[in-house]
Amino acid sequence: MLIADSLTFEIGKRSLVKDISFSIRPGELLIILGANGAGKSSLFRLLSGEKMPTRGHIQLHGKEIAAYTVAELALKRGVLNQQNIVNMAFTVMEIVMMGRYPHYSNSPAVKDIEIAQQVMELTGVIDFADRSYLTLSGGEQQRVQLARVLAQIWDVPNALLLMDEPVASLDLQYQQQTLAIAKMLSKRGFMVVSILHDINLAGQYADRIIMLKNGRKWYDGTAAEVLSSKNIYDVFEINSDVYTNPRTLKHFFIPRNVSLNINSQ
Amino acid sequence: MSKKVLLYLVLIIALFIASAFSMGLGAVKIPIKEVLIILSKKIGLFADTPVSAQYEGVLNIVRLPRVAMGLLVGAALGISGTAVQGIFRNPLAEPGLIGISAGASLMAVIIIVLEVALFAGLSNLLGYYLLAFGAFSGAGIAAMLVYQISRTDGKSNVATMLLAGIAINALAGALTGLITYIADDQQLRNITFWMLGSLAGATWETVLAIAPFVLIPVLLLPRMGKALNAFSLGEVQAAQLGLKVNQIKRNVVVLATMGVGAAVAVSGIISFVGLLVPHTIRLFIGVDNKHVLPASALLGALMLTLADMLCRTIIAPIELPIGVITALLGTPLFLYILIKDKKKLVL
Repeated sequence: MLIADSLTFEIGKRSLVKDISFSIRPGELLIILGANGAGKSSLFRLLSGEKMPTRGHIQLHGKEIAAYTVAELALKRGVLNQQNIVNMAFTVMEIVMMGRYPHYSNSPAVKDIEIAQQVMELTGVIDFADRSYLTLSGGEQQRVQLARVLAQIWDVPNALLLMDEPVASLDLQYQQQTLAIAKMLSKRGFMVVSILHDINLAGQYADRIIMLKNGRKWYDGTAAEVLSSKNIYDVFEINSDVYTNPRTLKHFFIPRNVSLNINSQ
Repeated sequence: MSKKVLLYLVLIIALFIASAFSMGLGAVKIPIKEVLIILSKKIGLFADTPVSAQYEGVLNIVRLPRVAMGLLVGAALGISGTAVQGIFRNPLAEPGLIGISAGASLMAVIIIVLEVALFAGLSNLLGYYLLAFGAFSGAGIAAMLVYQISRTDGKSNVATMLLAGIAINALAGALTGLITYIADDQQLRNITFWMLGSLAGATWETVLAIAPFVLIPVLLLPRMGKALNAFSLGEVQAAQLGLKVNQIKRNVVVLATMGVGAAVAVSGIISFVGLLVPHTIRLFIGVDNKHVLPASALLGALMLTLADMLCRTIIAPIELPIGVITALLGTPLFLYILIKDKKKLVL
C-alpha cells in the first residue's frame, strides 16, 4: 500500500505540488495526467524518494519512505525515469542486469540471469541482448530501460513501479505493449503509477486516473468517472469530442483544432 | 577460455617479458639471461651461478627501482583513469585533460619550493610522503572542482567538463609559473621535470614512498566495479538501484586521486595514459568496470614500461621525457574519439 498524505513541495516561493493526497493498493494501475508544468514530474520525484516533500508524508507498506535506506527501497520499488543518458557502450544484457544489482553482491545467480532474459523477451529487446546500448534507437533504448526496471522488481511481491512518461518515444505497438505489461504486473499484485500524456491510452488501461492542474489534484477516479470533455477542458484547456468505442464501449476523445492567437495588424 | 581470462593472462605474461627486457636496457646493456639469473638469485635460485658484479649493481640500484616505478605509476594512472571516467560517466574524462594532474603537480611544486625552504632538502622518505600527500590533495581539490562545475541536475555535462579542465590546467599552469620565480636553480630543474613527466628520478626511496598510495587504489577500486556500472545510468538511477551515491562518489574520487597524486608526485604529469589504457581495454572486453578496472591497472603498467623503454632507446644516450611518448600516442586517440562521437557531444 502506498499512501501520499497532503504532499506539498516548494522550491523557494514556488509551490510545485500543493496538498496532494491519495493512496493506492496492490493490484491498482494509477495514471497521472496533466498539462505541462502541472506538477506531474515533481509529484513523481516525491513518490520515488528522489526529493523530500516540504510538507506531508509518503508511506510505503506502512513505513515512511524517508525511513527506508536507499538499499531497502531498491528492493521494494522500481523507477523508470523520463530521461536516461548513458555514454558508455554497455551491452543491452549488461544494462538489464544492472536491474538485478540490488539482489546480488558479487556474481549474479542463475535466477538473476533468468529474470533478465524473461523481461528482455517481454519488452522485445532480447534479439539485441549483446548489442551496444549506444547503437540502439531512442525507442529501443527506452525499452531496454524498462526491462532493467522490470528486472529489478520482477520477483518482489507487491512491488511499486513508477513510470514517468514510459511511452514518450515508443511506436504504437510498444506503447500498447508497455501499458499491457504495466496492467499485467498490477494484476500480479504490483502497485503501478505512471505519468502519461495520451488521454486515450490512459482511458484504455488505467484502473484509476488522477488529473493534476497547477500542482493540485483536480480529479481522481476511474476513467469513466473522470474522463469527460469538460474535465479535459478544465485541465488541458482544449476542446474535445467524445466518441464511444463500439467494441469495448469505452469513451475516447479527439481534440478539436485550436485557433492560434496571432496578432495580425 | 573466456576473452577476459585470456586478456588477463596475456597482460600478465607481457608484463613480465617487458619488465625483464626493460631491466636490460640502458647505458650498460645487461643480457636478458643475466637479468633473469640475477632476479632468480633473489629468490634463492641459481645461487652458485657467477654473475658480473657490475651488472648486479646496475640492476639493483638503477634498473629495478626504475622498472618498479614504471609499473606502479602506470597501474595508478590506468586504473585511476577508468575510475574517473566512471564517476564522470564519460570516456573522455582523463585526469590530465580535466586538470586533476595539474592540480597534483601544482601542489607538488608548492611543496618542493616550501619544503626546501623550510627543511633544507627533500631527500628522505618522509619528504617524499609529504610530496605524495600534497599531490594527492591537489588532485582531489581539482577533481571536486571540475566535478561540481560540470554537473547540473545530477548529470555531468561533457563540454563543461572539458572546458573546466582547460581552465584548471591554465590556472595551475599560471600558479606553477609564478612559483618558478621564487624557486632556485635546483628547484627549477625539478619543476621542469614535473611538467614533462619522467621516470628518471626513480630510486628505491621514491618507489617505497608511492607504493602504498598506488596499491590501495589498485586493490580497492576493482571492488567498486558494480557501483561504477550503475553510475553510468545516471546518479538518480544509481540511487534508485540502492547505491549511496554520495558516499561512492567520495570514495572513488579519493582512491582515484590518490593514485594520480602518487604518480604525479614522483613522475610529473604523464598525460593520456588514463585515456589510452581504458579505451584499449574496452575494445577487447567491453565496458563492464568489474573487469575494466583491474585490466586497466595491468595494461597501464605494461604501457608505461614499454613507453619508458622507448624513451630510453630512441635517441640514446639522451632520454626523452616519457610524457612526450604518451601524448604522441594519446592525442590522436583523443581526436579520434572526438570525431567519432561528434554528434553525441552536441548539446
